Amino acid sequence: MAEAPGRRRWLGRALAGYAAFVLALLLAPLLIVVPISFSSARYLQFPPPGWSLRWYARYFADPQWIESTLVSLRVATGTTALALVLGTALAYSIVRGRYRGRRMVERLSTGPMIVPHIVIAIAIYGIFARLRLTGTEAGLILAHTVLAIPFVVSVMSAALRTVDPALEQAAMSLGVGRIGAIVRVTLPLIRPGIVSASILAFLSSFDEVVVALFLSGTTKTLPKQMFDNILVEIDPTIAAVSVLQIALVVVALAVVARFGARTVPR
Amino acid sequence: MSISLPADEPPRAGIAARLGGGAGPFVLGLPALVFLLLLFVGPVLRLLVLSVEGGDLAAYEKAVTDGLYLTVFWETFRIAAIVTAASIVLGYPVAYWLTTVSRTTAAIGFACILVPLMTSVLVRTYAWMVILGRNGIINRALRDWGLIDAPLPLLHNLPSVVIGMTHVLLPMFILPVYSVMVRVDRELLRAADGLGASGGQIFARVYFPLTWPGVLAGGTLVFIVALGFYITPALLGGGRIIMIANVIENQVQTLLDWRFASALSMVLLLATLAIQAASSRVQAPRG
Repeated sequence: MAEAPGRRRWLGRALAGYAAFVLALLLAPLLIVVPISFSSARYLQFPPPGWSLRWYARYFADPQWIESTLVSLRVATGTTALALVLGTALAYSIVRGRYRGRRMVERLSTGPMIVPHIVIAIAIYGIFARLRLTGTEAGLILAHTVLAIPFVVSVMSAALRTVDPALEQAAMSLGVGRIGAIVRVTLPLIRPGIVSASILAFLSSFDEVVVALFLSGTTKTLPKQMFDNILVEIDPTIAAVSVLQIALVVVALAVVARFGARTVPR
Repeated sequence: MSISLPADEPPRAGIAARLGGGAGPFVLGLPALVFLLLLFVGPVLRLLVLSVEGGDLAAYEKAVTDGLYLTVFWETFRIAAIVTAASIVLGYPVAYWLTTVSRTTAAIGFACILVPLMTSVLVRTYAWMVILGRNGIINRALRDWGLIDAPLPLLHNLPSVVIGMTHVLLPMFILPVYSVMVRVDRELLRAADGLGASGGQIFARVYFPLTWPGVLAGGTLVFIVALGFYITPALLGGGRIIMIANVIENQVQTLLDWRFASALSMVLLLATLAIQAASSRVQAPRG
Protein backbone atom coordinates (compact mmCIF):
# COMPACT_ATOMS: atom_id res chain seq x y z
CA MET A 1 0.00 0.00 0.00
CA ALA A 2 1.31 3.35 -1.04
CA GLU A 3 -0.04 5.18 1.96
CA ALA A 4 0.25 4.71 5.64
CA PRO A 5 -2.72 2.78 7.02
CA GLY A 6 -3.08 5.39 9.76
CA ARG A 7 -3.75 8.16 7.29
CA ARG A 8 -6.18 6.00 5.39
CA ARG A 9 -8.15 5.22 8.55
CA TRP A 10 -8.25 8.91 9.38
CA LEU A 11 -9.60 9.68 5.91
CA GLY A 12 -12.23 6.98 6.29
CA ARG A 13 -13.42 8.47 9.57
CA ALA A 14 -13.51 11.97 8.13
CA LEU A 15 -15.59 10.69 5.23
CA ALA A 16 -18.02 8.89 7.55
CA GLY A 17 -18.33 12.02 9.69
CA TYR A 18 -18.98 14.20 6.67
CA ALA A 19 -21.58 11.78 5.28
CA ALA A 20 -23.35 11.59 8.65
CA PHE A 21 -23.39 15.39 8.79
CA VAL A 22 -24.93 15.73 5.30
CA LEU A 23 -27.50 12.99 5.94
CA ALA A 24 -28.42 14.68 9.22
CA LEU A 25 -28.91 17.95 7.34
CA LEU A 26 -31.26 16.16 4.96
CA LEU A 27 -33.33 14.61 7.72
CA ALA A 28 -33.25 17.31 10.41
CA PRO A 29 -35.83 19.68 8.90
CA LEU A 30 -38.34 16.84 8.70
CA LEU A 31 -37.65 15.80 12.29
CA ILE A 32 -37.96 19.33 13.62
CA VAL A 33 -41.56 19.55 12.41
CA VAL A 34 -42.56 16.65 14.67
CA PRO A 35 -42.18 18.30 18.12
CA ILE A 36 -43.75 21.50 16.80
CA SER A 37 -46.84 19.59 15.69
CA PHE A 38 -47.29 18.28 19.27
CA SER A 39 -46.70 21.68 20.84
CA SER A 40 -49.19 23.26 23.21
CA ALA A 41 -48.05 26.77 22.29
CA ARG A 42 -50.22 29.00 20.16
CA TYR A 43 -47.29 30.23 18.12
CA LEU A 44 -44.12 28.62 16.93
CA GLN A 45 -41.96 27.93 19.89
CA PHE A 46 -38.99 25.65 20.13
CA PRO A 47 -38.56 23.65 22.20
CA PRO A 48 -42.33 23.53 22.87
CA PRO A 49 -43.39 24.70 26.36
CA GLY A 50 -45.70 21.69 26.68
CA TRP A 51 -47.31 18.93 24.71
CA SER A 52 -50.78 18.58 23.23
CA LEU A 53 -52.71 17.17 20.32
CA ARG A 54 -54.57 20.42 19.68
CA TRP A 55 -53.12 20.98 16.19
CA TYR A 56 -54.10 17.49 15.10
CA ALA A 57 -57.54 18.06 16.63
CA ARG A 58 -57.83 21.30 14.72
CA TYR A 59 -56.87 19.58 11.47
CA PHE A 60 -59.42 16.81 11.91
CA ALA A 61 -62.14 19.24 13.00
CA ASP A 62 -61.66 21.70 10.15
CA PRO A 63 -63.89 20.88 7.16
CA GLN A 64 -61.53 22.78 4.82
CA TRP A 65 -58.52 20.64 5.73
CA ILE A 66 -60.53 17.42 5.61
CA GLU A 67 -62.23 18.29 2.32
CA SER A 68 -58.91 19.18 0.67
CA THR A 69 -57.39 15.95 1.99
CA LEU A 70 -60.25 13.96 0.48
CA VAL A 71 -59.86 15.81 -2.83
CA SER A 72 -56.15 14.94 -2.86
CA LEU A 73 -56.81 11.30 -1.99
CA ARG A 74 -59.37 10.96 -4.78
CA VAL A 75 -57.20 12.80 -7.32
CA ALA A 76 -54.10 10.77 -6.39
CA THR A 77 -56.07 7.50 -6.64
CA GLY A 78 -57.46 8.44 -10.04
CA THR A 79 -54.04 9.56 -11.22
CA THR A 80 -52.44 6.32 -10.05
CA ALA A 81 -54.99 4.18 -11.89
CA LEU A 82 -54.81 6.16 -15.12
CA ALA A 83 -51.02 6.61 -15.13
CA LEU A 84 -50.47 2.94 -14.28
CA VAL A 85 -52.57 1.68 -17.19
CA LEU A 86 -51.29 4.19 -19.75
CA GLY A 87 -47.69 4.13 -18.50
CA THR A 88 -47.36 0.35 -18.27
CA ALA A 89 -48.72 -0.12 -21.79
CA LEU A 90 -46.35 2.57 -23.04
CA ALA A 91 -43.40 0.98 -21.25
CA TYR A 92 -44.28 -2.35 -22.85
CA SER A 93 -44.47 -0.68 -26.23
CA ILE A 94 -41.04 0.90 -25.74
CA VAL A 95 -39.29 -2.18 -24.35
CA ARG A 96 -40.77 -4.82 -26.68
CA GLY A 97 -41.54 -2.72 -29.75
CA ARG A 98 -39.36 -2.79 -32.85
CA TYR A 99 -41.19 -0.07 -34.75
CA ARG A 100 -39.70 3.09 -36.27
CA GLY A 101 -39.77 6.15 -34.08
CA ARG A 102 -39.50 4.09 -30.89
CA ARG A 103 -36.71 6.39 -29.63
CA MET A 104 -38.94 9.39 -30.18
CA VAL A 105 -41.72 7.72 -28.20
CA GLU A 106 -39.25 6.99 -25.41
CA ARG A 107 -38.13 10.62 -25.34
CA LEU A 108 -41.71 11.83 -25.30
CA SER A 109 -42.49 9.55 -22.36
CA THR A 110 -39.84 11.26 -20.21
CA GLY A 111 -40.72 14.74 -21.50
CA PRO A 112 -42.92 15.81 -18.58
CA MET A 113 -39.98 15.11 -16.26
CA ILE A 114 -37.70 17.51 -18.18
CA VAL A 115 -40.06 20.32 -19.15
CA PRO A 116 -40.36 22.71 -16.17
CA HIS A 117 -43.54 22.11 -14.20
CA ILE A 118 -44.47 25.78 -14.34
CA VAL A 119 -44.52 25.52 -18.16
CA ILE A 120 -46.65 22.35 -18.11
CA ALA A 121 -48.92 23.98 -15.51
CA ILE A 122 -49.74 27.10 -17.52
CA ALA A 123 -49.90 25.13 -20.78
CA ILE A 124 -52.56 22.77 -19.39
CA TYR A 125 -54.27 25.63 -17.53
CA GLY A 126 -54.65 27.51 -20.82
CA ILE A 127 -56.41 24.54 -22.43
CA PHE A 128 -58.47 23.51 -19.39
CA ALA A 129 -59.79 27.01 -18.82
CA ARG A 130 -61.43 26.79 -22.25
CA LEU A 131 -62.73 23.28 -21.67
CA ARG A 132 -64.09 24.28 -18.23
CA LEU A 133 -61.94 21.61 -16.61
CA THR A 134 -60.38 23.95 -14.06
CA GLY A 135 -61.69 23.47 -10.54
CA THR A 136 -62.63 19.86 -11.27
CA GLU A 137 -61.12 16.68 -9.93
CA ALA A 138 -61.19 15.20 -13.43
CA GLY A 139 -58.99 18.07 -14.68
CA LEU A 140 -56.54 17.58 -11.82
CA ILE A 141 -56.39 13.83 -12.50
CA LEU A 142 -55.65 14.38 -16.20
CA ALA A 143 -52.93 16.95 -15.49
CA HIS A 144 -51.34 14.90 -12.70
CA THR A 145 -51.35 11.86 -14.98
CA VAL A 146 -49.19 13.77 -17.47
CA LEU A 147 -46.66 14.32 -14.66
CA ALA A 148 -46.92 10.75 -13.32
CA ILE A 149 -46.51 8.87 -16.62
CA PRO A 150 -42.68 9.32 -16.76
CA PHE A 151 -42.31 7.72 -13.30
CA VAL A 152 -44.48 4.76 -14.28
CA VAL A 153 -42.73 4.32 -17.63
CA SER A 154 -39.23 4.38 -16.14
CA VAL A 155 -40.04 1.94 -13.31
CA MET A 156 -42.04 -0.39 -15.55
CA SER A 157 -39.47 -0.32 -18.38
CA ALA A 158 -36.80 -1.41 -15.92
CA ALA A 159 -39.10 -4.14 -14.63
CA LEU A 160 -40.04 -5.33 -18.12
CA ARG A 161 -36.40 -5.62 -19.17
CA THR A 162 -35.97 -8.31 -16.51
CA VAL A 163 -38.66 -10.50 -18.13
CA ASP A 164 -37.50 -12.86 -20.86
CA PRO A 165 -39.61 -12.19 -23.99
CA ALA A 166 -39.43 -15.91 -24.75
CA LEU A 167 -41.86 -16.51 -21.87
CA GLU A 168 -44.44 -14.27 -23.51
CA GLN A 169 -43.84 -15.86 -26.89
CA ALA A 170 -44.26 -19.30 -25.38
CA ALA A 171 -47.59 -18.22 -23.92
CA MET A 172 -48.63 -16.66 -27.21
CA SER A 173 -47.71 -19.82 -29.09
CA LEU A 174 -50.15 -21.58 -26.80
CA GLY A 175 -52.83 -19.32 -28.19
CA VAL A 176 -53.56 -16.74 -25.51
CA GLY A 177 -52.71 -13.73 -27.71
CA ARG A 178 -50.45 -10.89 -26.76
CA ILE A 179 -52.80 -9.33 -24.22
CA GLY A 180 -53.42 -12.72 -22.66
CA ALA A 181 -49.67 -13.33 -22.41
CA ILE A 182 -49.12 -9.94 -20.81
CA VAL A 183 -51.93 -10.37 -18.29
CA ARG A 184 -51.16 -13.97 -17.36
CA VAL A 185 -47.38 -14.12 -17.69
CA THR A 186 -45.72 -10.71 -17.74
CA LEU A 187 -47.71 -8.73 -15.21
CA PRO A 188 -47.44 -11.35 -12.44
CA LEU A 189 -43.67 -11.38 -12.99
CA ILE A 190 -43.33 -7.61 -12.64
CA ARG A 191 -45.62 -7.21 -9.63
CA PRO A 192 -42.85 -5.52 -7.57
CA GLY A 193 -42.50 -2.93 -10.32
CA ILE A 194 -46.24 -2.32 -10.28
CA VAL A 195 -46.13 -1.69 -6.52
CA SER A 196 -43.25 0.80 -6.86
CA ALA A 197 -44.79 2.55 -9.86
CA SER A 198 -48.18 2.89 -8.15
CA ILE A 199 -46.69 4.38 -5.03
CA LEU A 200 -44.50 6.80 -7.00
CA ALA A 201 -47.49 7.90 -9.08
CA PHE A 202 -49.69 8.29 -6.01
CA LEU A 203 -47.16 10.37 -4.08
CA SER A 204 -46.29 12.50 -7.11
CA SER A 205 -49.95 13.53 -7.35
CA PHE A 206 -50.59 13.76 -3.61
CA ASP A 207 -47.61 16.14 -3.19
CA GLU A 208 -48.07 18.18 -6.36
CA VAL A 209 -48.42 21.95 -5.87
CA VAL A 210 -47.56 23.94 -9.00
CA VAL A 211 -50.21 22.50 -11.33
CA ALA A 212 -52.75 22.51 -8.50
CA LEU A 213 -52.11 26.24 -7.92
CA PHE A 214 -53.52 26.91 -11.38
CA LEU A 215 -56.12 24.17 -11.78
CA SER A 216 -57.58 23.89 -8.26
CA GLY A 217 -60.02 26.79 -8.27
CA THR A 218 -62.46 26.03 -5.48
CA THR A 219 -61.60 22.32 -5.56
CA LYS A 220 -58.52 22.69 -3.39
CA THR A 221 -56.05 19.86 -3.05
CA LEU A 222 -54.21 19.40 0.24
CA PRO A 223 -50.95 20.99 -1.04
CA LYS A 224 -52.92 23.96 -2.42
CA GLN A 225 -54.66 24.36 0.95
CA MET A 226 -51.26 24.18 2.69
CA PHE A 227 -49.73 26.70 0.31
CA ASP A 228 -52.55 29.19 0.91
CA ASN A 229 -52.27 28.68 4.67
CA ILE A 230 -48.51 29.15 4.71
CA LEU A 231 -48.89 32.43 2.82
CA VAL A 232 -51.33 33.75 5.43
CA GLU A 233 -49.92 32.44 8.70
CA ILE A 234 -47.57 29.75 9.86
CA ASP A 235 -49.61 28.08 12.56
CA PRO A 236 -48.67 24.64 13.87
CA THR A 237 -51.66 23.04 12.11
CA ILE A 238 -49.40 22.94 9.05
CA ALA A 239 -46.80 21.14 11.16
CA ALA A 240 -49.43 18.53 12.07
CA VAL A 241 -50.41 18.12 8.40
CA SER A 242 -46.71 17.88 7.49
CA VAL A 243 -46.13 15.12 10.02
CA LEU A 244 -49.09 13.19 8.63
CA GLN A 245 -47.62 13.55 5.13
CA ILE A 246 -44.16 12.46 6.25
CA ALA A 247 -45.75 9.45 7.98
CA LEU A 248 -47.48 8.59 4.70
CA VAL A 249 -44.13 8.71 2.88
CA VAL A 250 -42.46 6.49 5.47
CA VAL A 251 -45.27 3.92 5.21
CA ALA A 252 -45.15 4.10 1.40
CA LEU A 253 -41.38 3.56 1.34
CA ALA A 254 -41.71 0.66 3.78
CA VAL A 255 -44.24 -0.94 1.43
CA VAL A 256 -41.85 -0.41 -1.49
CA ALA A 257 -38.95 -1.89 0.49
CA ARG A 258 -41.05 -4.94 1.37
CA PHE A 259 -43.02 -5.55 -1.84
CA GLY A 260 -41.61 -3.19 -4.47
CA ALA A 261 -38.91 -3.33 -7.08
CA ARG A 262 -35.43 -2.17 -6.13
CA THR A 263 -35.42 1.51 -6.97
CA VAL A 264 -31.76 1.85 -6.14
CA PRO A 265 -29.30 -0.50 -7.80
CA ARG A 266 -27.26 -2.58 -5.41
CA MET B 1 -38.17 -13.74 -32.48
CA SER B 2 -37.46 -17.40 -33.01
CA ILE B 3 -40.80 -18.81 -31.93
CA SER B 4 -43.48 -18.45 -34.56
CA LEU B 5 -47.12 -19.30 -34.33
CA PRO B 6 -48.09 -22.72 -35.68
CA ALA B 7 -49.92 -22.66 -38.98
CA ASP B 8 -53.09 -24.12 -37.57
CA GLU B 9 -53.63 -21.46 -34.95
CA PRO B 10 -55.90 -22.39 -32.13
CA PRO B 11 -58.96 -20.12 -32.03
CA ARG B 12 -58.15 -16.87 -30.28
CA ALA B 13 -60.67 -15.19 -28.08
CA GLY B 14 -62.01 -11.68 -28.32
CA ILE B 15 -60.83 -8.28 -29.34
CA ALA B 16 -57.81 -8.39 -27.03
CA ALA B 17 -56.19 -11.16 -29.00
CA ARG B 18 -56.90 -9.43 -32.27
CA LEU B 19 -55.45 -6.19 -30.95
CA GLY B 20 -52.24 -7.87 -29.91
CA GLY B 21 -51.96 -10.17 -32.86
CA GLY B 22 -51.01 -8.07 -35.85
CA ALA B 23 -50.13 -4.56 -34.81
CA GLY B 24 -48.01 -5.63 -31.86
CA PRO B 25 -46.54 -3.47 -29.13
CA PHE B 26 -46.95 -0.21 -31.00
CA VAL B 27 -50.72 -0.30 -30.58
CA LEU B 28 -50.32 -0.80 -26.83
CA GLY B 29 -48.39 2.44 -26.61
CA LEU B 30 -50.95 4.37 -28.58
CA PRO B 31 -53.35 5.41 -25.80
CA ALA B 32 -50.54 6.94 -23.75
CA LEU B 33 -49.06 8.49 -26.87
CA VAL B 34 -52.35 10.15 -27.81
CA PHE B 35 -52.83 11.22 -24.18
CA LEU B 36 -49.40 12.88 -24.06
CA LEU B 37 -49.86 14.52 -27.46
CA LEU B 38 -53.21 16.01 -26.40
CA LEU B 39 -52.37 17.04 -22.85
CA PHE B 40 -48.62 17.69 -22.98
CA VAL B 41 -47.23 18.36 -26.45
CA GLY B 42 -50.34 20.15 -27.75
CA PRO B 43 -50.71 22.57 -24.83
CA VAL B 44 -46.98 23.39 -24.85
CA LEU B 45 -47.05 24.03 -28.61
CA ARG B 46 -50.08 26.25 -28.03
CA LEU B 47 -47.90 28.38 -25.74
CA LEU B 48 -45.39 28.67 -28.57
CA VAL B 49 -48.17 29.90 -30.86
CA LEU B 50 -49.47 32.33 -28.23
CA SER B 51 -45.98 33.76 -27.78
CA VAL B 52 -45.80 34.91 -31.42
CA GLU B 53 -49.42 36.06 -31.61
CA GLY B 54 -49.72 39.18 -33.69
CA GLY B 55 -47.05 37.92 -36.03
CA ASP B 56 -44.04 39.52 -34.38
CA LEU B 57 -41.48 38.64 -31.76
CA ALA B 58 -42.22 41.61 -29.51
CA ALA B 59 -42.80 39.40 -26.47
CA TYR B 60 -39.40 37.74 -26.93
CA GLU B 61 -37.78 41.10 -27.50
CA LYS B 62 -39.17 42.28 -24.19
CA ALA B 63 -38.03 39.06 -22.47
CA VAL B 64 -34.41 39.33 -23.60
CA THR B 65 -33.87 43.11 -23.68
CA ASP B 66 -35.83 44.47 -20.71
CA GLY B 67 -33.36 44.85 -17.86
CA LEU B 68 -35.89 43.63 -15.29
CA TYR B 69 -36.35 40.24 -16.95
CA LEU B 70 -32.68 39.91 -17.84
CA THR B 71 -31.93 40.31 -14.16
CA VAL B 72 -34.45 37.61 -13.28
CA PHE B 73 -32.96 35.23 -15.87
CA TRP B 74 -29.45 35.92 -14.61
CA GLU B 75 -30.56 35.41 -10.99
CA THR B 76 -32.32 32.16 -11.92
CA PHE B 77 -29.19 30.77 -13.61
CA ARG B 78 -27.00 31.92 -10.76
CA ILE B 79 -29.20 30.23 -8.14
CA ALA B 80 -29.38 27.03 -10.21
CA ALA B 81 -25.57 27.04 -10.55
CA ILE B 82 -25.00 27.60 -6.83
CA VAL B 83 -27.49 24.86 -5.91
CA THR B 84 -25.82 22.47 -8.38
CA ALA B 85 -22.36 23.23 -6.99
CA ALA B 86 -23.62 22.76 -3.42
CA SER B 87 -25.23 19.44 -4.37
CA ILE B 88 -21.95 18.19 -5.86
CA VAL B 89 -19.88 19.23 -2.84
CA LEU B 90 -22.38 17.79 -0.36
CA GLY B 91 -23.54 14.79 -2.37
CA TYR B 92 -20.46 13.30 -4.04
CA PRO B 93 -18.72 12.19 -0.83
CA VAL B 94 -22.00 10.84 0.57
CA ALA B 95 -22.60 8.75 -2.56
CA TYR B 96 -19.06 7.39 -2.31
CA TRP B 97 -19.42 6.66 1.39
CA LEU B 98 -22.61 4.68 0.67
CA THR B 99 -20.62 2.36 -1.62
CA THR B 100 -18.12 1.58 1.13
CA VAL B 101 -20.37 0.68 4.06
CA SER B 102 -22.25 -2.47 5.07
CA ARG B 103 -25.70 -3.21 3.69
CA THR B 104 -27.42 -2.22 6.93
CA THR B 105 -25.61 1.10 7.20
CA ALA B 106 -26.31 1.80 3.53
CA ALA B 107 -30.01 1.01 4.08
CA ILE B 108 -30.16 3.59 6.88
CA GLY B 109 -28.33 6.07 4.66
CA PHE B 110 -30.79 5.53 1.84
CA ALA B 111 -33.72 6.01 4.22
CA CYS B 112 -32.23 9.42 5.12
CA ILE B 113 -32.16 10.25 1.39
CA LEU B 114 -35.41 8.69 0.18
CA VAL B 115 -37.74 9.97 2.92
CA PRO B 116 -36.88 13.63 2.19
CA LEU B 117 -36.91 12.93 -1.58
CA MET B 118 -40.46 11.61 -1.46
CA THR B 119 -41.73 14.19 1.02
CA SER B 120 -43.60 17.10 -0.52
CA VAL B 121 -41.54 20.15 -1.48
CA LEU B 122 -44.10 22.18 0.44
CA VAL B 123 -43.50 20.31 3.69
CA ARG B 124 -39.73 20.69 3.32
CA THR B 125 -40.00 24.37 2.48
CA TYR B 126 -42.31 24.92 5.45
CA ALA B 127 -39.75 23.21 7.69
CA TRP B 128 -37.09 25.70 6.58
CA MET B 129 -39.47 28.58 7.30
CA VAL B 130 -39.86 27.22 10.82
CA ILE B 131 -36.09 26.95 11.21
CA LEU B 132 -35.04 30.27 9.63
CA GLY B 133 -38.02 32.53 10.37
CA ARG B 134 -38.02 35.68 12.52
CA ASN B 135 -39.33 33.67 15.43
CA GLY B 136 -37.81 30.52 14.06
CA ILE B 137 -35.73 27.96 15.84
CA ILE B 138 -32.33 29.51 15.10
CA ASN B 139 -33.35 33.03 16.08
CA ARG B 140 -35.04 31.76 19.28
CA ALA B 141 -31.99 29.79 20.27
CA LEU B 142 -29.60 32.67 19.60
CA ARG B 143 -31.82 35.03 21.62
CA ASP B 144 -32.22 32.58 24.49
CA TRP B 145 -28.46 32.21 24.69
CA GLY B 146 -28.14 35.98 24.72
CA LEU B 147 -26.09 36.10 21.54
CA ILE B 148 -28.39 38.51 19.70
CA ASP B 149 -30.94 41.17 20.70
CA ALA B 150 -32.98 41.42 17.52
CA PRO B 151 -33.81 38.49 15.24
CA LEU B 152 -31.43 37.98 12.34
CA PRO B 153 -32.98 38.24 8.87
CA LEU B 154 -32.33 34.64 7.89
CA LEU B 155 -35.35 34.30 5.63
CA HIS B 156 -36.33 36.06 2.41
CA ASN B 157 -32.82 36.25 1.00
CA LEU B 158 -30.59 34.38 -1.41
CA PRO B 159 -28.99 32.02 1.13
CA SER B 160 -32.38 30.84 2.44
CA VAL B 161 -33.61 30.07 -1.09
CA VAL B 162 -30.34 28.27 -1.90
CA ILE B 163 -30.53 26.24 1.32
CA GLY B 164 -34.16 25.26 0.70
CA MET B 165 -33.55 24.32 -2.93
CA THR B 166 -30.39 22.36 -2.18
CA HIS B 167 -32.28 20.43 0.48
CA VAL B 168 -34.95 19.54 -2.07
CA LEU B 169 -32.56 18.64 -4.91
CA LEU B 170 -29.60 16.97 -3.13
CA PRO B 171 -31.24 13.49 -3.09
CA MET B 172 -31.75 13.78 -6.87
CA PHE B 173 -27.99 14.25 -7.23
CA ILE B 174 -26.89 11.50 -4.86
CA LEU B 175 -28.93 8.68 -6.45
CA PRO B 176 -27.56 8.82 -10.03
CA VAL B 177 -24.00 9.34 -8.78
CA TYR B 178 -24.34 6.36 -6.46
CA SER B 179 -25.66 4.14 -9.23
CA VAL B 180 -22.55 4.93 -11.32
CA MET B 181 -20.19 4.51 -8.36
CA VAL B 182 -21.39 1.01 -7.43
CA ARG B 183 -20.50 -0.17 -10.93
CA VAL B 184 -16.89 1.03 -10.72
CA ASP B 185 -14.54 -1.94 -10.82
CA ARG B 186 -12.55 -1.89 -7.56
CA GLU B 187 -9.75 -3.83 -9.23
CA LEU B 188 -8.87 -0.74 -11.26
CA LEU B 189 -8.27 1.22 -8.07
CA ARG B 190 -6.18 -1.60 -6.66
CA ALA B 191 -4.18 -1.74 -9.87
CA ALA B 192 -3.48 2.00 -9.71
CA ASP B 193 -2.46 1.57 -6.08
CA GLY B 194 -0.18 -1.30 -6.98
CA LEU B 195 1.47 0.82 -9.67
CA GLY B 196 2.41 3.34 -7.00
CA ALA B 197 -0.22 6.03 -7.47
CA SER B 198 -1.01 8.13 -4.43
CA GLY B 199 -4.54 8.39 -3.05
CA GLY B 200 -4.95 11.78 -4.67
CA GLN B 201 -3.72 10.49 -8.04
CA ILE B 202 -6.03 7.48 -7.90
CA PHE B 203 -8.94 9.80 -7.27
CA ALA B 204 -8.04 12.41 -9.89
CA ARG B 205 -6.95 10.07 -12.68
CA VAL B 206 -9.00 6.92 -12.14
CA TYR B 207 -11.96 7.26 -9.79
CA PHE B 208 -13.25 10.70 -10.70
CA PRO B 209 -13.13 10.13 -14.50
CA LEU B 210 -14.97 6.83 -13.99
CA THR B 211 -17.70 8.45 -11.89
CA TRP B 212 -17.93 11.63 -13.98
CA PRO B 213 -20.95 10.38 -16.01
CA GLY B 214 -22.91 10.16 -12.76
CA VAL B 215 -21.86 13.65 -11.70
CA LEU B 216 -22.82 14.97 -15.11
CA ALA B 217 -26.22 13.22 -15.08
CA GLY B 218 -27.03 14.21 -11.50
CA GLY B 219 -25.69 17.75 -11.90
CA THR B 220 -27.67 18.30 -15.10
CA LEU B 221 -30.84 17.02 -13.44
CA VAL B 222 -30.39 19.30 -10.44
CA PHE B 223 -29.58 22.29 -12.63
CA ILE B 224 -32.54 21.99 -14.98
CA VAL B 225 -35.02 21.24 -12.21
CA ALA B 226 -33.65 24.21 -10.26
CA LEU B 227 -34.16 26.50 -13.28
CA GLY B 228 -37.90 25.88 -13.14
CA PHE B 229 -38.35 26.12 -9.37
CA TYR B 230 -41.42 27.93 -8.15
CA ILE B 231 -42.47 26.95 -4.61
CA THR B 232 -39.21 27.39 -2.72
CA PRO B 233 -38.37 30.88 -4.06
CA ALA B 234 -42.01 31.91 -3.63
CA LEU B 235 -42.06 30.97 0.05
CA LEU B 236 -38.44 31.34 1.22
CA GLY B 237 -37.67 34.27 -1.08
CA GLY B 238 -40.61 36.26 0.27
CA GLY B 239 -40.90 38.38 -2.88
CA ARG B 240 -37.27 39.47 -2.72
CA ILE B 241 -35.78 36.53 -4.56
CA ILE B 242 -37.64 36.13 -7.82
CA MET B 243 -36.94 33.31 -10.23
CA ILE B 244 -38.28 33.00 -13.74
CA ALA B 245 -41.09 30.60 -12.72
CA ASN B 246 -42.38 33.20 -10.25
CA VAL B 247 -42.52 35.79 -13.01
CA ILE B 248 -44.38 33.39 -15.32
CA GLU B 249 -46.92 32.64 -12.58
CA ASN B 250 -47.42 36.34 -11.92
CA GLN B 251 -47.89 37.11 -15.62
CA VAL B 252 -50.62 34.48 -15.89
CA GLN B 253 -52.44 34.82 -12.58
CA THR B 254 -52.19 38.55 -11.89
CA LEU B 255 -51.37 40.39 -15.10
CA LEU B 256 -53.19 37.95 -17.42
CA ASP B 257 -50.48 38.57 -20.03
CA TRP B 258 -50.52 35.18 -21.69
CA ARG B 259 -48.41 36.27 -24.59
CA PHE B 260 -45.50 37.39 -22.45
CA ALA B 261 -45.90 34.46 -20.05
CA SER B 262 -45.74 32.13 -23.07
CA ALA B 263 -42.60 33.82 -24.40
CA LEU B 264 -40.89 33.55 -21.00
CA SER B 265 -41.96 29.89 -20.81
CA MET B 266 -40.45 29.19 -24.23
CA VAL B 267 -37.17 30.83 -23.25
CA LEU B 268 -37.08 28.75 -20.05
CA LEU B 269 -37.96 25.60 -21.98
CA LEU B 270 -35.34 26.29 -24.64
CA ALA B 271 -32.66 26.85 -22.00
CA THR B 272 -33.66 23.61 -20.28
CA LEU B 273 -33.58 21.55 -23.48
CA ALA B 274 -30.31 23.12 -24.62
CA ILE B 275 -28.61 22.25 -21.33
CA GLN B 276 -30.01 18.74 -21.46
CA ALA B 277 -28.76 18.29 -25.04
CA ALA B 278 -25.33 19.78 -24.29
CA SER B 279 -24.91 17.55 -21.26
CA SER B 280 -25.66 14.41 -23.23
CA ARG B 281 -22.94 15.35 -25.73
CA VAL B 282 -20.19 16.09 -23.25
CA GLN B 283 -17.50 13.42 -23.20
CA ALA B 284 -15.94 12.15 -20.05
CA PRO B 285 -12.63 13.88 -19.32
CA ARG B 286 -9.60 11.74 -19.99
CA GLY B 287 -7.88 10.55 -16.86
